[in-house]
Amino acid sequence: MATIVAEPTGIPVMEERHEMSFVRKYVFSTDHKVIGIQFLFLSLFFLFVGGFLAMMMRWQLAWPGRALPFGGLFPEAMAPDGIMLPEFYNSLMTMHGTFMVFFAIMLLLVGVYANYLIPLQIGAPDMAFPRLNMASFWLAVPAGVIALASFAVEGGAAGAGWTSYAPLSATPEMSGVSLGQQMWIVSLVFLGLSSILGSTNYITTVINMRAPGMTWTRLPLTVWALFVTAILALLAMPVLSGALIMLLFDQTIGTHFFLPETGGQPLLWQHLFWFFGHPEVYILILPAMGFASEILSNGSRKPVFGYMAMVGAIVGIAFLGFIVWGHHMFMSGMNPVLGTSFMISTLVIAVPSAIKTFNWMGTMWRGNLHFHTPMLFAIGFVMLFVIGGLSGIYMASTPFDMFIHDTYFIVAHIHYVLFGGALFGIFAAIYYWFPKMFGRMMSERWGKIHFGLTFIFFNLAFFPMHSQGLAGMMRRLYDTSGYTHTADLQGTHVFITIAAFALFASGAIFAVNFFWSLARGPKAPANPWNATTLEWQTPSPPRHGNWEQAPVVYHGPHEYSHPDVTDKDWLAQNERPDVVSPAGH
Amino acid sequence: MNWSLPENIATFGGRIDAVFWVITIVTAIAFVLVEVGIVWFCIKYRQREGHRAFYTHGSKSLEVLWTAVPALAMVALGIYSADVWAYIKYRDAAPAESLHIGVRAKQFEWNIAYAGADEVLGTSDDFTLRNQLHFPAHQPILIWLEAEDVLHSFFIPQLRVKQDAVPGMTIPVWFEATRSGEFQIGCAELCGLGHYRMRARVTIHEPEEYERWLVEQIASHAVASAVPDDTESASEPEPTAHEHTESGM
Amino acid sequence: MEAHAMPYYGGRTPETGLAVYTQKVGMWVFLCSEVMFFTGLIGSYIILRFGASETWPQPGEILNIPVTAINTFILICSSVTMVKAFAASEMGDKRGTRLFTLATAVIGATFLGVQIYEYSELLSHGFGPWSGLYGSTFYTMTGFHGFHVFSGVVCMTWATVKAFRGGYDNGNYQGLEVLGLYWHFVDLVWIILFTIVYLI
Ligand code: HEA
Ligand code: HEA
Ligand code: CUA
Ligand SMILES: [Cu+2]
Repeated sequence: MATIVAEPTGIPVMEERHEMSFVRKYVFSTDHKVIGIQFLFLSLFFLFVGGFLAMMMRWQLAWPGRALPFGGLFPEAMAPDGIMLPEFYNSLMTMHGTFMVFFAIMLLLVGVYANYLIPLQIGAPDMAFPRLNMASFWLAVPAGVIALASFAVEGGAAGAGWTSYAPLSATPEMSGVSLGQQMWIVSLVFLGLSSILGSTNYITTVINMRAPGMTWTRLPLTVWALFVTAILALLAMPVLSGALIMLLFDQTIGTHFFLPETGGQPLLWQHLFWFFGHPEVYILILPAMGFASEILSNGSRKPVFGYMAMVGAIVGIAFLGFIVWGHHMFMSGMNPVLGTSFMISTLVIAVPSAIKTFNWMGTMWRGNLHFHTPMLFAIGFVMLFVIGGLSGIYMASTPFDMFIHDTYFIVAHIHYVLFGGALFGIFAAIYYWFPKMFGRMMSERWGKIHFGLTFIFFNLAFFPMHSQGLAGMMRRLYDTSGYTHTADLQGTHVFITIAAFALFASGAIFAVNFFWSLARGPKAPANPWNATTLEWQTPSPPRHGNWEQAPVVYHGPHEYSHPDVTDKDWLAQNERPDVVSPAGH
Repeated sequence: MNWSLPENIATFGGRIDAVFWVITIVTAIAFVLVEVGIVWFCIKYRQREGHRAFYTHGSKSLEVLWTAVPALAMVALGIYSADVWAYIKYRDAAPAESLHIGVRAKQFEWNIAYAGADEVLGTSDDFTLRNQLHFPAHQPILIWLEAEDVLHSFFIPQLRVKQDAVPGMTIPVWFEATRSGEFQIGCAELCGLGHYRMRARVTIHEPEEYERWLVEQIASHAVASAVPDDTESASEPEPTAHEHTESGM
Repeated sequence: MEAHAMPYYGGRTPETGLAVYTQKVGMWVFLCSEVMFFTGLIGSYIILRFGASETWPQPGEILNIPVTAINTFILICSSVTMVKAFAASEMGDKRGTRLFTLATAVIGATFLGVQIYEYSELLSHGFGPWSGLYGSTFYTMTGFHGFHVFSGVVCMTWATVKAFRGGYDNGNYQGLEVLGLYWHFVDLVWIILFTIVYLI
């Protein structure tokens, strides 16, 4: 009886039903679902590129000065007779960070899932401004193209790190990179514009387009996370854009913002960059936290433990995220007294993160755990994010950061939070929502294999970096073998590199599963995971306009195993109460 | 194999390493709590036929507990660290009787300025060595750190000291070594294609030995002040991009 | 453990969303982003200025304050006409709508004209973006504001055409209201810039 899906109730959707040309439908589409999928292919491509660059870096780090495989294919300016040059290594390292942070993870989290999920989960027919939405995608594409193209230009791609500290990034004579650095800037200005337009859209949509009954306390945690993330991007991105343009002017029209000769301040760049940069790293984790909360609840067949606390923690992290940027600058020459205050605010961020972590565990506690692939990745997310988070505490403590700043300990932290955290959350999301997006199931078997291998090789590749960092090995080194205190650590580099290669290979398993299922996967039902949120109460994939009838919401977002519902262990948000329990309330 | 912190030869190094161990204990507790908890739940609450999850929306008292405990832990850690930090890094932290040395970083070398006969830095009789830092043990040293072109970072792992060098700023860095020996300055801030090889030799002398060294240097520079790049001879050989075997220095 | 935490809403479906129409919400949200953009620029200006206060030129030493004061007044007038345009279309006054949209576009363009004149004057005296920190910050901040005015003028011209085609007649004033929000914001930013860059 209560298996009814999307009870036809409420206002019929106002919709335009007109036949569209292929181009309007799949290329310049204004349908949030199509745009989400476009972002998915774009960002997976950049995930692959970023991973590939990392493989080249790993080769050089493990076997300094040994010719790369196929190294002969590289031009003299990058790798004469296959041996990587230091400047090329710097470009690889810089663009690896740039592609991964801005084009892979950020687009995957926000571009793909904010677009695809927000309207579906709040019961809206589409975004508030569909054309703006299309614009934000078509700004991201040139951004990526420019960044890729910068490898081909005179002097190579940007080489001052993804943080591009001035004056190095502002003075071609010193970095040896001129056009490449400028293309890096322009590319990120485009991307910033794209994400500002996107965020405006997401925020407006969530504020004003929720279905009847979809109160703030009934929003799925995914939507809460994406909503707050959009606010972060909205407020942080413009600051980066401004800083980038100042940097561009310093290079091109002779301004002096970051150049000390005439009173400019190198530290100003760092303050502006990190004022954006730290909120950015929470942009890269909050949505993944949302996915994890939702998938853990689904896999445990239990409501999210402490929903309000979770929402509060998301907001708290976002707020604190704006007042901790100085923790990247403890050694920068910034007044140490400021360092102390930034240390305190940074340590406090552990608290909302603690709330989230323990509520995830609370969600699993006394549950009925179904270990489907998304659930496995969600559990992996919690286990690995915590490691990354805890290493953050070492760095937050100023005296000890004095030792580990700019060592491989930081690199370990980066990858535990960004790969173990964000990317695991993303893999969970991809496996979870793939059926909804494409109407086909991904292979569970290969999904589990992918999880197992990724989990193992990820830890093998990145955990040893903690130790390298503690031994004092500095990051961003083309060749670490020249330092006496880490001379005998070359072996660990080789070990890490081999694990990294295996990690990359397990990524390929995912790629195959992904594309194979796209074409051959078994047809997906509307609600393969017996989930409660609205997107599952409409066919897979949903039609243009999402709903036959606009849904009306009666229940909280994660109502699993409700005692009054006896015939099944879940309760869709839009199931009419009288249908479910004759007793009524 | 050195899998963790290198030998500590700084007087304040002990306090830094203590911070490390305190944090390690706090985080280890959290780590075990979470990881073991999750694995345990995965086994204990795995899906079983006819079994139904326990329906709950959370617990106020638990929320308060796991908000308050980490909060207290973090505040305590913050206060503790702040104290150590102030002792080492605050602008006026350096002991009064410190020996002053000037360090000027540029792509890709460290130029070290020593006070001459008059024992004050910044006078005409100062002499400069390239990639050669000499100082005595058992005496506080105060480095005046500058950069010529881009950011660099002054890092001596065994002394637990790191400080970025910023063009346009002169930043004080102090430390005191507990023993003599040979070490290295590393550059810890990306400064261009030579960043990876921007090193300098650090020689810590016993005090009287240092005096002898200083006298020689002053003498030789007094003589050689006519001959400009005598200092070059003292510097380490510059490895090229392709040369990877290096004198262990 | 509070079990049964209100799973049902007794069939009732509380209203969601604001009473404000979506385009307006969108513009407010977008303006928040704009605020942060100018905060970044102005913040940098303040930091750089305090870093180099002794070498900083006195007000009026380089810039021609009277001209810009007049220009500021011009821009404020455009805000007035903007309000009137919106009010007119709200009251269904077709003539007023057309007149005042046109006026706003024209006055906005005038402001730009004067700014271009100011730039050319300064450049002819050899004061450019490369002229130290003062030049850098001056041209960047006023330049970006100018760019915002320019975008505004483009939109207003388009709005004027629409107005003459009767696009804002019979109570269809929302477009103008949203555009107005942006226009007033840009105006406000200028008053701040004028104060800190020219007067202080
Ligand atoms: C997703 C991205 C992400 C996330 C979520 C975080 C989270 C955190 N980060 Fe990280 N960080 C980065 C991405 C991220 N970081 C990147 C990319 C860099 C390098 C930039 C560069 O230089 O290239 C960086 C660098 C960085 C630095 C600068 C280091 C240096 O350069 O010297 C610092 C210093 O404080 C720091 C701290 C923290 C802290 C305290 C958290 C906290 O939010 C973590 C909180 C979480 C937990 C603490 C774990 C869960 C909590 C519990 C299990 C409760 C019990 C715990 C306790 C009581 C302690 N990070
Ligand atoms: C989300 C971010 C992210 C991710 C996922 C990674 C992934 C990896 N990173 Fe990352 N890394 C950074 C962000 C990231 N990194 C950042 C920000 C920096 C700092 C840069 C700087 O210092 O400026 C950095 C720096 C950095 C360094 C330090 C360089 C230095 O300091 O000198 C190293 C060294 O080993 C490294 C290695 C790796 C490796 C081996 C991987 C591997 O995990 C890669 C594994 C492969 C994949 C994840 C791809 C598999 C996926 C697919 C195949 C997709 C399928 C494709 C389709 C479906 C089309 N990275
Ligand atoms: Cu100097 Cu790196
Ligand atoms: Cu940070």
